[in-house]
Amino acid sequence: MIPVGSEQWAGLTQVANYILPTVHCLLPTLMRTQEVIIQPGRSERHYWRDLWRNRELLYILSMRDVSVRYKQTALGAAWGLIRPLTTMLIMVFVFSKVAKLPPDPGIPYPLMVLGGITVWTFFATAFTQVSNSVTLNSNLVTKVYFPRLLMPLSSVAVSFIDFLVSLGLFVVLAIWYRFIPDWHLLFLPVFIVLAMLASFAFGLFFAVINVRFRDIGQLIPFIVQIGFYICPIAYSSRLVKTEWYYKFYILNPMVGIIDGFRWALLGERAYFDPRSILISVVLVLVCLTLSVYFFRQRENSFVDDI
Amino acid sequence: MSVITVDNISKHYIIDHKRGKGGGTLRDMVSENVRSWFGKKRPGDEQVTHEEFWALRDVSFSVEQGDRVGIVGHNGAGKSTLLKILSKIIEPSSGSVRIRGRVASLLEVGTGFHPELTGRENIFLNGSLLGMSRSEIRKQFDAIVDFAGVEKFLDTPVKRYSSGMYVRLGFAISAHLDPEIMIVDEVLAVGDAEFQKKSLGKMRDNSASGRTILFVSHNLTAVQALCNKTLYFEKGQLLEQGETNAVIATYLSKVSRTRLCRSWDTPGEAPGNDLVRIKRIELIPQYPDNLTHIDVRTPMRVRFEFWNMMDRANLNLSMHLNSLTGECIFNVGSQSQSFEKGVVSGECVIPGYFLNDGSYTISMMIVKDTVTPLFNMEEGLTFDVEDYREGVAWYGKWPGYVRPQFGFTMDSLVAEPLNQRV
Repeated sequence: MIPVGSEQWAGLTQVANYILPTVHCLLPTLMRTQEVIIQPGRSERHYWRDLWRNRELLYILSMRDVSVRYKQTALGAAWGLIRPLTTMLIMVFVFSKVAKLPPDPGIPYPLMVLGGITVWTFFATAFTQVSNSVTLNSNLVTKVYFPRLLMPLSSVAVSFIDFLVSLGLFVVLAIWYRFIPDWHLLFLPVFIVLAMLASFAFGLFFAVINVRFRDIGQLIPFIVQIGFYICPIAYSSRLVKTEWYYKFYILNPMVGIIDGFRWALLGERAYFDPRSILISVVLVLVCLTLSVYFFRQRENSFVDDI
Repeated sequence: MSVITVDNISKHYIIDHKRGKGGGTLRDMVSENVRSWFGKKRPGDEQVTHEEFWALRDVSFSVEQGDRVGIVGHNGAGKSTLLKILSKIIEPSSGSVRIRGRVASLLEVGTGFHPELTGRENIFLNGSLLGMSRSEIRKQFDAIVDFAGVEKFLDTPVKRYSSGMYVRLGFAISAHLDPEIMIVDEVLAVGDAEFQKKSLGKMRDNSASGRTILFVSHNLTAVQALCNKTLYFEKGQLLEQGETNAVIATYLSKVSRTRLCRSWDTPGEAPGNDLVRIKRIELIPQYPDNLTHIDVRTPMRVRFEFWNMMDRANLNLSMHLNSLTGECIFNVGSQSQSFEKGVVSGECVIPGYFLNDGSYTISMMIVKDTVTPLFNMEEGLTFDVEDYREGVAWYGKWPGYVRPQFGFTMDSLVAEPLNQRV
């Protein structure tokens, strides 16, 4: 061994002295082993950071649902096309041909209906999936820890894929009718995000209740069915704007979202009451906050109740 | 440095006896609330009782870095609850746990496997559920596939896998996790013997690299092979902790219920069937002077009587002696003989200086024509053999199930001092 003080090592010592303080500063970050404290009532302090760290898991859970969706079907993803198409055709027949409901002036009825179906189906399936997300993943809840919010979050993905397919169908139909969207289209993402937030806000609440009471499984399809008729899907809100019940009608948060979505796609000729979207935004944000709070309160007891 | 500090953890559940049968549906709750609002009560509502059930009660211990801790106890002793609390799946009712380091818990083989997804997709799904990043999984992918031996079926949905392949794939993924603390629940109970050996080996390799392991198992041999410390749980309480062999000895002594004689007076209540019924099974130790318990020196006779309800049958007895963990140590059969209707007896001698110290069970089987088992009396008797040593200064656990005293002699062959060898 060469003594450290000898001539040829002096330079090295200097370098070391220069580097070492930096290393010392870095060490705490490098060596930082995360410490977890488990106590009753103390759910993860770093919940939101944990959620972000688990974004890969979110992606993988979403992809699981997406790739399982059409496994072992002959038609595969074509189902995403068949469903909105047939619904539209039937509604065109029933409401336009038989009941003779008028579309908004200057807009082809099929286009108006398809716009409504597209955003409503997105909301309805996402809402249903979110409501069932925790119970459907009960095998995970009892066996592994991860931020439970990942389950409802990941369940939105499937309906979003279907939504994109349906939107593609709308584009094809719009070309068929030589319908060119204008600058309103820029607002489309706003309404898509709003529809997603709405499904999440309402679904999350039911997801929590569903863990304890499976009645929710029966209730959800019923809510969706009612929603289909009280929302402006087959008809335009223009038809009810002069009715006495209009002030109750626009309290439905989906009215603003559906009308707004159509307005973004079809432009000024589609009926859109700015007040309704204001109501939607307020309601969705309030419900979202409450639901997330409720979810966070209850998620630690999921495993005991499921 | 202790990596896990468990401080007075308890977990209790309220068992609501009224709701016991149906489970709470919204309707029950709604109707109940409505009735109580109107002050009406159904007769029988008063019988609602809330019983507290303690899955864990005041459990404290700490685990040092690099410890391999076995957790033993009967079903329902609270082992799995403990693991679930440590894995953050269940919240404790009181107390606190402090964990330093990345934890991977393995409460099930193939957690989250989706039957419709292929082996490849499930590796990513399960891996990320267990806390691996996608790049980590990609790096370990080949090793996982290789360990599981499923190369050919990577793109087959796992629902088409044999149960063995499914388990192998599940374990392979978890074996390639790289956490600082690993929590494992009974996963070695699955899979064939060869795979179990492979998995145990893999876990031992992991622990050799300084990893901390918590391991729940009913397989005491596996615990003994893997763990240096052991916790023994009974009814939610931590009864004993310490060095593995000592704790397991306590555990075994608690579970063994020494039963040296069992007999039945009439064929009606005796175990058996229409052909044969057991009358008596007895272990008779031949105690040397002033000894009252069986130790390794004690010769024993196993006496067996049964009712034969067949006219003229060729019968023989077959005795299995098993360890408490269920491994068969030996099996002896008697000569086959022809018997008329009536009581038949048999006797087998177990010599002294044969069994090692430990707990054993005896099963007796009645066989017809040397091939057809008529009835097997499983775990007919349970007994303990205590340790006894003479002229040995060493008091560690004597290994093996048998401790025979075969002739073993030594002689000095080279008389001259070694350093003068040419």
